[in-house]
Amino acid sequence: MTVEDEVEIMGQRLNSRIKNIFGRSLHIREVDAGSCNACEVEVNSLSNPIYDIERFGIHIVASPRHADMLLVTGPVTRNMELALLKTYNATPSPKLVAAMGSCACNGGIFGDTYASGGGVDKFIPVDVYIPGCPPRPQAVIFGIMVAIDKLAQKIKKTEVNP
Amino acid sequence: MNREFTEALKNEFGTNILDAVTSRNETYLTVKKEANVKICDHIYHHLDIPLISIFATDERKKDGCFKVHYVFSIGKGDAFVIIKINIDGKSPRYNSITHKIAAANWYEREIQDMFGLLPVGHPDPRRLVHFEDWPDGVYPLRKDFDIKTKPPRVEGEYVYRRVEGEGVYEIPVGPVHAGVIEPGHFRFSVAGEPIINLEIRHFYTHKGVEKLFENISLDKAVFLAERISGDNSAAHAVAFCQAVERIAGIDIPARAKYIRVVLLELERVYNHLGDIAGIATDVAFAMGAAHANRLKEEILQLNEKVTGSRMLRGMNAIGGVRRDIGDKKDEILLKLSEIQHDFRELIEYLMAIPSLVDRIETTGRIYNDTAKGLHVVGPAARASGIDRDMRRDHAYAAYPEFNFKVPVQKAGDVNARTLVRADEVCESIGLIEQALWSLPDGDIKINIGEIPDGYALGYTEAPRGETLYWVMIENNRIVRCKVRDPSFCNWLAIEYAVLDNIVPDFPIVNKSLSLSYSGNDM
Ligand code: SF4
Repeated sequence: MTVEDEVEIMGQRLNSRIKNIFGRSLHIREVDAGSCNACEVEVNSLSNPIYDIERFGIHIVASPRHADMLLVTGPVTRNMELALLKTYNATPSPKLVAAMGSCACNGGIFGDTYASGGGVDKFIPVDVYIPGCPPRPQAVIFGIMVAIDKLAQKIKKTEVNP
Repeated sequence: MNREFTEALKNEFGTNILDAVTSRNETYLTVKKEANVKICDHIYHHLDIPLISIFATDERKKDGCFKVHYVFSIGKGDAFVIIKINIDGKSPRYNSITHKIAAANWYEREIQDMFGLLPVGHPDPRRLVHFEDWPDGVYPLRKDFDIKTKPPRVEGEYVYRRVEGEGVYEIPVGPVHAGVIEPGHFRFSVAGEPIINLEIRHFYTHKGVEKLFENISLDKAVFLAERISGDNSAAHAVAFCQAVERIAGIDIPARAKYIRVVLLELERVYNHLGDIAGIATDVAFAMGAAHANRLKEEILQLNEKVTGSRMLRGMNAIGGVRRDIGDKKDEILLKLSEIQHDFRELIEYLMAIPSLVDRIETTGRIYNDTAKGLHVVGPAARASGIDRDMRRDHAYAAYPEFNFKVPVQKAGDVNARTLVRADEVCESIGLIEQALWSLPDGDIKINIGEIPDGYALGYTEAPRGETLYWVMIENNRIVRCKVRDPSFCNWLAIEYAVLDNIVPDFPIVNKSLSLSYSGNDM
């Protein structure tokens, strides 16, 4: 199967989930909390003509205030901690957080040191972990799908039956 | 070359030079601490030799001293001269050279933050790496600092340069930006649209990489080097491996050298394609960007097929490479010829669009003397008329075997940087073809076992420019690894490049310099 076929199949599934849960589209704000920039390369790949995730209803937005989901990369450096918290607080609820890449999942090779925080979930609640260094674009799409399912569960739990 | 040079310096400075040691193409001259300004100034201004790095080591256990090293690169003759001074651990101060050599600015401030060595007379002694909430007197690269320490956050304030006047206002941008890019802070002072001052503030992504090198095994260190500036993984890994291989005094198999060239050039091609796409995006020319991004993606997929990693990771190892690519030769050649054809068409097409060329000509100019004074490197330097390229001037791997041109432009604007990159893409493809056509038989890796104590430089010409490592090994462990990413040099230049440009052109200028935040902050 070519990459294009893979993406097409995953994309259709993604699209129908987004339609079910969000009505139209899912807005994502990416936050680099100290990545090595390869994770950013792959997030940018998602917008190239091969993956082109906009067509499945995903928008990478400029402000956390417009976002349903934060896609966080990097181990959370000491110097990015405050900016990450501010971004999280600026995102309206209900919100999703995906930790993208080994660094974001648990600090990765940078670990837990004087400068590196050792993973996103030490600072803000994380809904899904997308492993890989960097994760392939397909893995990121898959991770986003898992996150959406989680949101569906979250909403169900908080619904009050009349 | 090195001997003549040392003799000439000895004649000039006599007893100020205490000791001279040469190994390979590196000459280490220990000089009197008080003579550092005089000697560096002489080498830099009088002999016209660029200063490419300054770094410190903490050797107090051995002789009670810190050492500061000034690395100069003699391109013609492939030699490095390293001036070394000893600084007594009890009074950690030395004379700043920044007032003579502007390129020393950030290095001295970095050493101040990481080692606590005070550059006396530095014109801007503010902190660089640490933020205002970092406590005084805590220096991570000193040997008595444990990497796991988490210093408390303290109250403090960072003072920005202020520009005042009627109608002048400030625009703060970042660290979290609107696009998908790395974090950093930019503070513009503008009068109307034109930028009259820009101050950048970085080190948001400081991850303690240099300290980490001292706490991990050598094999793992290659993986760390790959993760310093993610899209320059191969260049960093090769530079690191070469430093260690030089310490070990081994020559890796020819086949491995050829494969390294292929990897390094594939990296250059996809980076340059990405930068050209970025410039098209920033002038709002979506179609050009889509084309360039499509080509970049093709290289990333090719990388994955050939090496198992889209970012060419896990291929390099100390002693050679870990995977043979000989069986993928035809596939690579075929793909590259298609890409080259499409790329040529794309560049012709882009450069014929007046609205695009209008936006990039004369924009973000870095004048030749500014570029020289700050030691700008890579395509940005070559676009400002500086004819430097590590692949030719300090040739490594299999580069001496191949023919390639080093494109140079004069104008120093975004247009010139784009043209340099476009030419380099074609040269790179040519290099890969030469390497694959004449790929020698044999092993791809040799085992080197124990590595003797010692130190050496390792260097490559990354897509962004010269990347420099200085590694010191004792008892088979790294005791110091200084990494100098090209962006550490080039970030300083952006403050000059944007002057008199309008704010909306900032993204294009930034993109055209293609700066890595992570490589800079480490
Ligand atoms: S997970 Fe890997 S690719 Fe992503 S930021 Fe960390 S080191 Fe870089």
